[in-house]
Parts: sequence; C-alpha cells; structure tokens
Amino acid sequence: MFLSEAATGGPQFFYLAPWIVIFPAIGLLINLIFGSRFSEKVIGAIASTASGLAFGVAVLLGVSLVGHPEGEIVSLIDWITIGALQVRWAFQVDTLSVVMMLVVSGVGTLIHIYSIGYMHEDVRHNGDPGRYRRFFIYLNLFIAMMMILVGSNNYMMLFVGWEGVGLCSYLLIGFWYDKGKDGIGNALAAKKAFIVNRVGDFGFLLAAFTMFWAFRTFDFQEVFAKAPEVAAAAPGMILAITLFMLLGVTGKSAQLPLYVWLPDAMAGPTPVSALIHAATMVTAGVYLVARSAELYVLVPQAQMWVSLVGGITALFAATIAVAQFDIKKVLAYSTISQLGFMVAAVGMGAFAAGMFHLVTHAFFKALLFLSAGSVIQGVERGEHHVDHDAKLHKLLKGSGHHFDPQDMRNMGGLRSRMKTTFVVYLIGALALAGIVPLAGFWSKDEILAEASLLNPTVYWLLTIAAFFTAFYMGRQIIMVFFGKPRSAPAEYAQESPPVMTVPLMVLAALSVLGGALNLPGMHTFTGWLEHTLTFIHPGEFNLVVAGVSTGLALLAIILAWLLYSRRYQALQALPTAKRPDDPLRPILGPIFTLLENKYKVDEIYDALIVKPYAALSAFLADVIDWKFWHDWFHDKIIAGGFQLLTRVLSVQVDLGFIDAIGNALGKGTRAVAGRMSLLQSGYVRSYMLSVVVGLVLIVGFLLLR
Amino acid sequence: MLPATYYVGLSAILFIIGVVGVITRRNAIIIFMSIELMLNSANLAFVAFARVHEAMSGQVFVFFVLAVAAAEVAVGLALMVSIFHTKHSIDVDNISSLKG
Repeated sequence: MFLSEAATGGPQFFYLAPWIVIFPAIGLLINLIFGSRFSEKVIGAIASTASGLAFGVAVLLGVSLVGHPEGEIVSLIDWITIGALQVRWAFQVDTLSVVMMLVVSGVGTLIHIYSIGYMHEDVRHNGDPGRYRRFFIYLNLFIAMMMILVGSNNYMMLFVGWEGVGLCSYLLIGFWYDKGKDGIGNALAAKKAFIVNRVGDFGFLLAAFTMFWAFRTFDFQEVFAKAPEVAAAAPGMILAITLFMLLGVTGKSAQLPLYVWLPDAMAGPTPVSALIHAATMVTAGVYLVARSAELYVLVPQAQMWVSLVGGITALFAATIAVAQFDIKKVLAYSTISQLGFMVAAVGMGAFAAGMFHLVTHAFFKALLFLSAGSVIQGVERGEHHVDHDAKLHKLLKGSGHHFDPQDMRNMGGLRSRMKTTFVVYLIGALALAGIVPLAGFWSKDEILAEASLLNPTVYWLLTIAAFFTAFYMGRQIIMVFFGKPRSAPAEYAQESPPVMTVPLMVLAALSVLGGALNLPGMHTFTGWLEHTLTFIHPGEFNLVVAGVSTGLALLAIILAWLLYSRRYQALQALPTAKRPDDPLRPILGPIFTLLENKYKVDEIYDALIVKPYAALSAFLADVIDWKFWHDWFHDKIIAGGFQLLTRVLSVQVDLGFIDAIGNALGKGTRAVAGRMSLLQSGYVRSYMLSVVVGLVLIVGFLLLR
Repeated sequence: MLPATYYVGLSAILFIIGVVGVITRRNAIIIFMSIELMLNSANLAFVAFARVHEAMSGQVFVFFVLAVAAAEVAVGLALMVSIFHTKHSIDVDNISSLKG
C-alpha cells in the first residue's frame, strides 16, 4: 500500500486484480449451475464474456501500470499461517505478470469466441452435443487457474495455478475420452500428459521445499531480497533450487526430456491445442524462469543448463516436425521447438527477448492452431458432403480405408476453397518462419542476437532450428493449400463460419503487428519489463544475425517449394505404387523414417522407463506384496505367530497352568471334604460326645490354666 | 442349713447323669429327659448360688431357663412326633440320613 503513495500519478485500478480470477470463476459457475437450460450460443457468450471481462481487468491493470510502473501487491486473504511462515492469496501486479495476464485473457477470449463456432460442429461430428457446455466450463476454469498462476505473489499460490492448469490440460486432452485409438487413445494421451507433468511437478515441489529450507518463505519479494545473502552463504542451495525448477519447467513447457506429452496432447479439441498447448499453459515454465530471474542470475551454471536444454529442444523438435504428416502434430513439434527458443532465451539471461517471443508466439501459434482447426473442419465438411452425395460416395467406396481429416497427405489445393483460412494461415506461418516484418521475426531475432553474444553454442542450435522451422512451415503450407486436392473431401472442403474466421483475422493482425511491441531502437517492451526485472538490458539489433536468419528462412522456404511443389509434380509421373508420399523420403531414406517415428523416443521411454516400471510394479505387487508381505510375512509370521501364541496361551498357560490351579483346588477340597465327611456319622450320640469332650477340654483348660 | 457344696455336688451329679444319659441312650424321649436333667442340675446350681449370694438374679435365671426348656420340649416333642410318623421309631441312631 505504501508504494501507491509514492506513485507518480495516473489512474489506478490495482484493487481490481482479484477479478481476473473471479470473472472466469463466475462464468464457469453460471454455466455449471444453469448451463443445462441455456442454448449453445448463450453458454458460449457467457464463457466468452467472463474471459473478456478478465481481459478488461488486465487492460485496466496495464493502464494503471503506465502511471505506477512499480506495481502493487493486492492481498486477498491469508492462506497458511504456521509459525513464521505466512502464505497469502495475494496478486502481484507488476509489468511482468500483467504481460502474461493480457496474453492469457486476450488470446483466451479470442479462442473462446472461436470455440463457439468450432465446438458447435465438433460436438456434432463426435456425436455428443451435451459436452458443449462442459467444454466452456473447462475453458473458463483454465483461464481462472492460469490467472492464479501468473498473478500470484508467492511460489505456493503459483503452484496451485500450476497444478490447476495441469488438471485443465488433462481434462481437455481427454475431452473426447471415449474416442481415439481403440476408443481409449485420447484417455491414454490425457493420462500421459498428466503423469509426465507430474514428474515435472515433482521437480517444482523439490525446488519449493529447498527454497523453504534456505529462505523460510515463499514470497517472491522476500526470496529475491534474501537471495544474494543465501547465495553468498550457500551457493549450492540456489543451484539446487534453480535446477529442480528447471525440471518443473521441462515438464510444463515440454522441454527435453519431458516433452513427450505435448504431441499426444493434440488429442484434445483444436481450440484447446491452441490455447493451452501452444499459447498459454506451456509458456508457464518460461514465465517461471523469468519470474525467478533474480535467482537464476546468481547461478550461471543453472543458466547454462536452462539455455542448453532450450537450445537442444528447439533443434530436436524442429527436425521431428519436418517429417510429420498430421497437421496438428507438425504444429505441436513446432510449439516444442519455439518453447525451446523461449527457454533458451530466459535461460541465458535474455529475459525480455524470451518474454517477447512468448507474446508473439502466443499470437501466431494460436493463429496457426485455430486455422488448422478451421482446415480440419473444412475437410470434415468436405467428407460430410462426399458421404451424402450418392454418386461420389459410390465412386470412392473402393478406397475403403478410414479417412483421416488431419492427415496433410489428404489435403492440398485448399487455397481456393478456404480463402480466409489460407491467408491467415500464411500470415501465421510466415510469422513463425521469421520473415520480415511479421511478429516472429522481431522476437526470434532478438533471441538470436542475444544468443550470439551470450552463448554461441545455443546460437548455432537455434539458428539451425530456425532454418528447419521455415522449412517445415513451407512444407505444411504447400501440402495443405497448394497443388491439387489429394482426396475427395479436400476437393469439397468448405470455409468456416465468421464466428471462427473473425478471431483468426484478429490474431492474424496481432501476428503482423506484434513485433511493434519491441522494435529495435525503441525497446518499448524491454522498458516495460525493466520495472520488474531491473537488470535486463535492451538487446542490440544485429544486422548480421538478422540477415543470416532471414536468409536461412528464405532458403528453407525455397527448398520446401522446390521439393513439395516441383519435385512433387515430377513424382506424379511415377505409378501410384512407387510414388512416395513425401518427396523428402527417397532423399533422406532411413533418416526420414527415423524423423517420422520421432526418433523413437516414445519407444525408448517405453523400453527404458515404462516397461521396467511396469515390471518393477508387477514384481512389487506379485513377489514383494503378495508373496513376501501377504503370504510370508502376514500369513506365516503374523497370523502363524499369532496362532502359535494363542495355542501356547490356551493349551499351556490356560489349560496347563490356570485351569490346573482351579482343578487342583477343587480336587483338594473334595479330598478334604471326603475325609471330613467321615466325621459326620449321623449318630447324635457321637456328636454329643464330641461336644462333651470339647466342653471338658475347655473347662479343664480354664481350670488348670 | 446345708452348706452350698452339697447343692453344687448334687447339681454336678445330676449333670453327669444327664450327660451320660444323652450319650448312651438311643431313645429320643430319654435323651430329652436327660437334657432336662442337665438343665435342672444347672437350675439347682443357680438357685444354690443365689441363696449363698443372697441375689435374686440367679432365681430369675431359673425361671428363664424353665421357660426356654418348656419351649424346647414343645418343639422337640413335635419333632419326635413328626419323625415317628415317617420312621415309626424314635431311635436316634436311625435318624442318620444326613451323614457324610
């Protein structure tokens, strides 16, 4: 509160900060409680409004920060108070968190609106319109959780959001849980995402525990204030925290070695892929590193590891994307690769560049995913058309195999059939490829320029990755939109309704103009973040770096054009059986197959981790638990021992000792009584005699005493 | 007046006769009579000592004993009659069903 008094002026709406969580929560509650009575339009409108209001609040917070760039902590309630430990629900409103809030709620709102149209068809295509409402409830829950994550002022509250978005991710990947391979594929993908993320969360928890050990607090301010002191006393502590945190980042932000869940996460509906698995949730790891910047700058070793992980992931995933045929899988690997760029950037200390790329990537990758969704539904509409046209249906019946509307080999020539989608897709692809002057160029170039100064190894990794990026995007554009349709559904593909294309156009505009946020020489965005991350510096624009990367990107696009347009047409002359499905396949040979199989990483993990783990659990269950604990320890030792003990107690102790005492007493009494009873002869005279004798004895005793 | 010793001696003799009677005889009636003899020997001793000590309490005691003896005889003879009804004998040696 004292901060605001020292403020320089301008309107302040910091007190509104909790509403970024409350608005989506209200939206989801309305849809949860009353949604069953609403029509689809009303449900979609409520959810979009809730998200839009959160965006409005984020804008107001941003406006307030212009006048008061130091920000404010808006405390809501106390959460945990144990001794000296105090954890609050408090919102950290500063330039870094508000950037995330704007991206999450802004892109989120556009995706909500897009989903109104997309899910309308999707629920019908998958045959369960009842799930329409559920989808929007999950989306609003996601926005609320993401806001908790980016808005928190301590690591504990951040962890709540961290887990919350993981839950939403799980729910939405498994949205069509009864669909997919063998009717269980989507559920398995959701499970995989959840479990792999759990490994990362384990790292986050270890980081939190270590942090508590070292700092005795979770508050950002207090941790950062104490960090230099702790670093001086115990440098290993900070290193441990940052490296454990890196494990959490690799899980959530899909980096090596925990990236494997993200490609499978494409099982979710496409808006989910756009919102959660491209634009926002997966950037949480990048945000976490940027947020913990003051810890990372203290340990160069950790920075080196983070940037190396990011760099290798960027290249690794970009090469896989080259050989994928599923339109969404290409984008998924592209996302992993671009996240690698961001992680590498924040890892090497280029926090502004990383966050800048996060923002522009959110624009163009959300755009690409949503356009891909539009393409898929366009092809599905074409398929629908073919199915209901008797003549065409008969003609195509011979092919027989199941039609996959996401396979790019079934597409082609969509340029003239889906004009709007084509234009926005092209914008997104060029932005991703890093072509001047689209958003991706400026942000990617800033990362590359910083890398060339800070970490040459990573610079080369990223530059090669950028080449592949341009190549696979060129390949995708050509396969999907150019040439002739390769299947009947593609030939009859239809454009999507305006409710879907309008958000696409907005995102396309953002992808074009997003670079203006941080143009070289102006550094608006860097200046904005400088209020929070005081030690960052504006990256120098490097003409050589920019020239090299743009040249490589253009080269890659030309290469893609030669291969997938020229060479593809040349290959059409071959008979169908000999014709390769990808012109690159005969050139690269086994390497292409290896790339197509994603370096067999899933198989390696399966063999190295999943199988031994399953074998270990089977061993633990069958041998250790059942045979050892149950059969041997429980049955033999415990139960057997108890039975032995009871037998000893009942036979030896009870029968042999305690009962024996009782019996002996009884017998003795009977024996004594038997003797005594002889005295009772029944002759009164003898009794009398004893009386007299007794009397004589007593009297004699008295007399003679 | 005869000295008290005589009375006490007579009392002792009577008592001995009573005891011997109770021990030796089997007829319940005679046992009763012997018991009466013992009681009366005691009475005689009481009266003699009362006379010697010139105290009335001994005399009073005798009346008390007489009353109790009368009650005892009443109960005892009733028992005899009842035993005779069942056993057709009042030989005490026959009444031994309670022996151990």
